[in-house]
Amino acid sequence: MPIQVKRLLIAFALFFIVFFILVYFLFPESWGDIGPYRSLALKEIADKEPKYVDTESCTMCHDSIANLKNDGEHKSINCQTCHGVGYKHVNEPETNKMDIPKGRDFCARCHALNAARPKNIIKQVDVNEHNKGEECVSCHNPHKP
Amino acid sequence: MTIDKNNYSRRDFFKKSGAIAGSVLFASILSPFKPVYAIEEPKGKGKWYGIGIDIDKCIGCASCARACKNENDVPLEPFFFRNWIEQYTITNDGEIKVSSPNGGIDGFKQILPEKDIYKTFFVPKMCNHCAKSPCTQVCPVGASFETEEGLALVDQSYCIGCGYCVQACPYGCRYMHPEKHVVDKCTLCYHRLQKGLDPACMMACPTGARIYGDLHDKNSSIVKFVKENNCVVLKPQLNTGAKLYYNSLSQEVH
Ligand code: HEC
Ligand code: HEC
Ligand code: HEC
Ligand code: HEC
Repeated sequence: MPIQVKRLLIAFALFFIVFFILVYFLFPESWGDIGPYRSLALKEIADKEPKYVDTESCTMCHDSIANLKNDGEHKSINCQTCHGVGYKHVNEPETNKMDIPKGRDFCARCHALNAARPKNIIKQVDVNEHNKGEECVSCHNPHKP
Repeated sequence: MTIDKNNYSRRDFFKKSGAIAGSVLFASILSPFKPVYAIEEPKGKGKWYGIGIDIDKCIGCASCARACKNENDVPLEPFFFRNWIEQYTITNDGEIKVSSPNGGIDGFKQILPEKDIYKTFFVPKMCNHCAKSPCTQVCPVGASFETEEGLALVDQSYCIGCGYCVQACPYGCRYMHPEKHVVDKCTLCYHRLQKGLDPACMMACPTGARIYGDLHDKNSSIVKFVKENNCVVLKPQLNTGAKLYYNSLSQEVH
């Protein structure tokens, strides 16, 4: 074998050895189990605790409000869409209060007049005109408007 | 045709067994190096998630954007969004105006009197969970990846925060987390899906304008939605394999 080829072979061999040593130490655990990524990352992402709880859990303790809401036009709205996340409240309702939405702006989010809002989906009022100066909830029950 | 059994000597037998044992041993030595040779393309025989937006039902309340920020600890100050809403207003002169006050969370105001408006509508936006996602392809360390269910996720403990993917996403669906200094994006609430709960934005929508489900399941709501409506995806010319389907989307939207 010519000396050049021999040297080249040694260089190649060294390159591969170094390459495999690096691979051995640099690739994280669980890499490549499913695809070209750390499959443990999936578990880490999945382990996060959900903050919005099941709607059924509100019904357990607030069944009269839930029944009221399910009778009215707001039945398609989740309790937590208006009252905020419930994961703390469901375990300790006395110490962890839910948000109580206040003010006309809250209802205006959905009901303010806007040409982009499809009229057949949501009834709209001119918030600046419709019974000016009064809280919406003084006339409309938010759970059964 | 029959096999001539006498052709096999004892020596052959030992040779063959030795070769098999040797190669098994060799393969077992190689197993720590699996990352180099054993990477397979995800096949996705199970679920394959898709998302639908029913523009005709969106009222622009931004409950989805709020719910997403609460659920996923997205910084509350503006410009950090996993999903948001835009209001498109097309004037009688054909001018296109897009507004998105804090992603819609601050509430939309009709910017022109109705007589000047040719057409106006809301467009909720979020990650398209592309099947050929440009964002995961550019990641230099493999921290951005597509799962077998067709979700584009970020491995935040492995991300180096270089921001290539933020640039690569043609839909602007990624942002650099200001505290963690890594990239954050929509996971379709992977942690909720795994526990059998709906994603936060889907749960919060008061009108059912957001639909998601398994595109492989012929009975799922998303397949029904795509079948019954004339659906389009954003920027189809980029061939990203986007799986966020809009019905009755105007061509002005990009
Ligand atoms: C374990 C029973 C329980 C569950 C489950 C529960 N609550 Fe409550 N909730 C209570 C009790 C008890 C109070 C009264 C607390 C008080 O006034 O100190 C309360 C009060 C409230 C209030 C009023 C808070 C205030 O400041 O007056 C709201 C709003 C509320 N709950 C919403 C919800 C929603 C939405 C859910 C579902 C995510 C829920 N609750 C689930 C027991 C429960
Ligand atoms: C459209 C938004 C909306 C939805 C949906 C909604 N609420 Fe409320 N809720 C309100 C508002 C607004 C108030 C404050 C009423 C007031 O100030 O008088 C309130 C008050 C309450 C209160 C405290 C006052 C009271 O009446 O005792 C409770 C408890 C409550 N809600 C529970 C629920 C539960 C449980 C659900 C789901 C079944 C629900 N809410 C759904 C808007 C909503
Ligand atoms: C998250 C969006 C949302 C919020 C917030 C909200 N609503 Fe509604 N509201 C709806 C939807 C959706 C309907 C059902 C569609 C319809 O028929 O208008 C509805 C229906 C109504 C109706 C019945 C309209 C009719 O005659 O059919 C009234 C009245 C109403 N809401 C008042 C209120 C008031 C008052 C508040 C504030 C406490 C409020 N809404 C907050 C979404 C919302
Ligand atoms: C003084 C009591 C009062 C107050 C305050 C009030 N409303 Fe009303 N609202 C009514 C009455 C009565 C009706 C039904 C008669 C009508 O259609 O005008 C009504 C109707 C509505 C409707 C249905 C409109 C339709 O086309 O059928 C909506 C939506 C509504 N209100 C939202 C609101 C919102 C949002 C607020 C707060 C910004 C509010 N209301 C404050 C009394 C009130």
